[in-house]
Amino acid sequence: MTEIFTLSIVLSTIRLATPLLLAALGGLYSERAGVINIALEGLMLAGAFTAAAVTYYTQSPWVGLLAAVVAGATVAGVHAVACIQFKADQVVSGTAINILFLGVPALLSGALFSSTGATPQIPKENLIPWTPIVIAVALVPLTWYVLNRTPFGLRLRAVGENPEAADAAGVGVARIRYAAVLLSGALAAIGGAYLSIGQASLFTRNMTAGRGFIALAALIFGKWRPVQTMLACLLFGFAEAMSIQMQGVAKIPVQFIQIIPYVLTIVVLAGFIGASRAPRALGLPYQKER
Amino acid sequence: MKHLRELLFPLIAVSAAFLVGGVIVLLIGDDPIETYRLLIGSALSWPDGIGYTLFYATPLIFTGLAVTVAFRCGLLNIGAEGQLYVAAFATAWVGITFAQLPAWVLIPLACLTAVMSGAAWGALPGVLKARFGSHEVINTIMLNFVAVALASYFTQYHYKNEGDAIMQTKMIGLIDTAQGLRGENAHVPRIGQLVGWFPERIPLNISFFLALLACALVYVFLWRTKWGYEIRATGANLTAAEYGGISTRKQIVLAMSVSGALAGMVAINEVLGYRYRYYDGFSVGYGFTGIAVALLGRNHPVGVLLAALLFGALIRGGLFVDIFTDRVSKDLVLVLQAVVILFVAAEALFRDSLGRFGLLKRSKV
Repeated sequence: MTEIFTLSIVLSTIRLATPLLLAALGGLYSERAGVINIALEGLMLAGAFTAAAVTYYTQSPWVGLLAAVVAGATVAGVHAVACIQFKADQVVSGTAINILFLGVPALLSGALFSSTGATPQIPKENLIPWTPIVIAVALVPLTWYVLNRTPFGLRLRAVGENPEAADAAGVGVARIRYAAVLLSGALAAIGGAYLSIGQASLFTRNMTAGRGFIALAALIFGKWRPVQTMLACLLFGFAEAMSIQMQGVAKIPVQFIQIIPYVLTIVVLAGFIGASRAPRALGLPYQKER
Repeated sequence: MKHLRELLFPLIAVSAAFLVGGVIVLLIGDDPIETYRLLIGSALSWPDGIGYTLFYATPLIFTGLAVTVAFRCGLLNIGAEGQLYVAAFATAWVGITFAQLPAWVLIPLACLTAVMSGAAWGALPGVLKARFGSHEVINTIMLNFVAVALASYFTQYHYKNEGDAIMQTKMIGLIDTAQGLRGENAHVPRIGQLVGWFPERIPLNISFFLALLACALVYVFLWRTKWGYEIRATGANLTAAEYGGISTRKQIVLAMSVSGALAGMVAINEVLGYRYRYYDGFSVGYGFTGIAVALLGRNHPVGVLLAALLFGALIRGGLFVDIFTDRVSKDLVLVLQAVVILFVAAEALFRDSLGRFGLLKRSKV
């Protein structure tokens, strides 16, 4: 058992948990404000593609990362307008965003790079393998602080739990929700950018491979709280690290390790391991009294 | 008049999506008119265009109906994808394991397996919701991944041909005969095998007619039976249904089971009618497109049929656009699909602007 917990496993756990954590913290802002964000997968893809394409053209990963943040916030803006302004079903809108960003990067990479969904290779000196990890780790206490110790955090939680009361107290429900959803897009996009210009050195078709949904699972498993969510991401990252390590060696098929995050989420959601309670107004559009 | 208005918003949404798609095609430097001409022309050519359009529409009818039944109960089934994967593997398993059975036993048995296994996988999130109150959206998403992983495990470790590099099971219905290995035993006949004037190379098969039948049956089920009434009552107002003496928990499980069963029927088209085996990753998002189909079809079997035909045509046409345009790939279809969903979901956008121009009486929100 001891050799499993080698340094390489620890490092690989951290690397694999980072994109999950960034996206999950993004989801946390949106969902604590009452807007379901199952679009995390699509937002990550938007970030991953934008980061790789812009880094390729400008040869600066920083410009690439910034562009990814802008792209993520913009796409999240579409989700926000649909859900907040036009009161679209939040799950349906999120599903649309996910399908959209299965298509858009492939369509654009075909036009820009005449490829079937991939960007060209980015040289090693233009990659940022560490910064996103630092951002992710720093964001955990920061998110905790913002949520629990700032007026913005108080309003955000109020809007997610009881928008009527928040509105009556003079909080602009729509404004806070817009801010939260845009923020979630930006963070998920950094998570995506880490995949394309941090871990790998290009964007490939559907390179998130469900990580947006695992991030969502981690968010629920972590009961919509920053520290617990980080622990959940580390657990899921560890499971993935193990499955890579054991490929071809161990007796346990990788598929059984792959399903761990999903099964755990189902179990937690059913209340078998301590109830996981969603923000009260999650998924409900808010209509201001006229 | 009522029917015309039902058609109005879906038509606006589709037109708007095509407009957005056209702008995107322009932006990436191709001719939108030419692209759409190719897309539609190739989807409607005879016999290949029509044949493939109907073939691609078949699974979408099933998944569109699946989403519809759940939706009428107030549930969003994002798990049709997982349900159809489980059903496809189970169906292939029956086709492989009971290959010795005569066709008239094996084919109905395999079809029944498709329906029942889909229903079981669909019932799971239904039970979890009814028993523990956990949200079906999250559970169906999670179960999608579990379904794909399980099917992939059994394929890789137990039902693959030795040394096969592709993740697929053995052929179904293979038996040793005096003439060597034969496999037609478990095949649902293709249209081309039944009538002489339709080419056999087109995989359109009996499942298409099964899908039409399913549309009719779902209509009868939802609007002409007690179960359907109770499901719709639960979906319309859970609390009121509860007070009216309806066991809403039972309805949730029932709706999810029927939904899963419908999604499972995709396996009949794919496994028994087309590939004759389970093939890892065979679904090009049929389950998710089913959400678009149901929404665009206003969660009504007739609407679902029309929307499935449209999306089937888009899938077929997309393949042509991929080959015959310089810069546009088949991914344009995904974009069109997504934009349709967004526009249908954010219907208030059109309602408000139409109302502003006095074209439509403003609805009270």
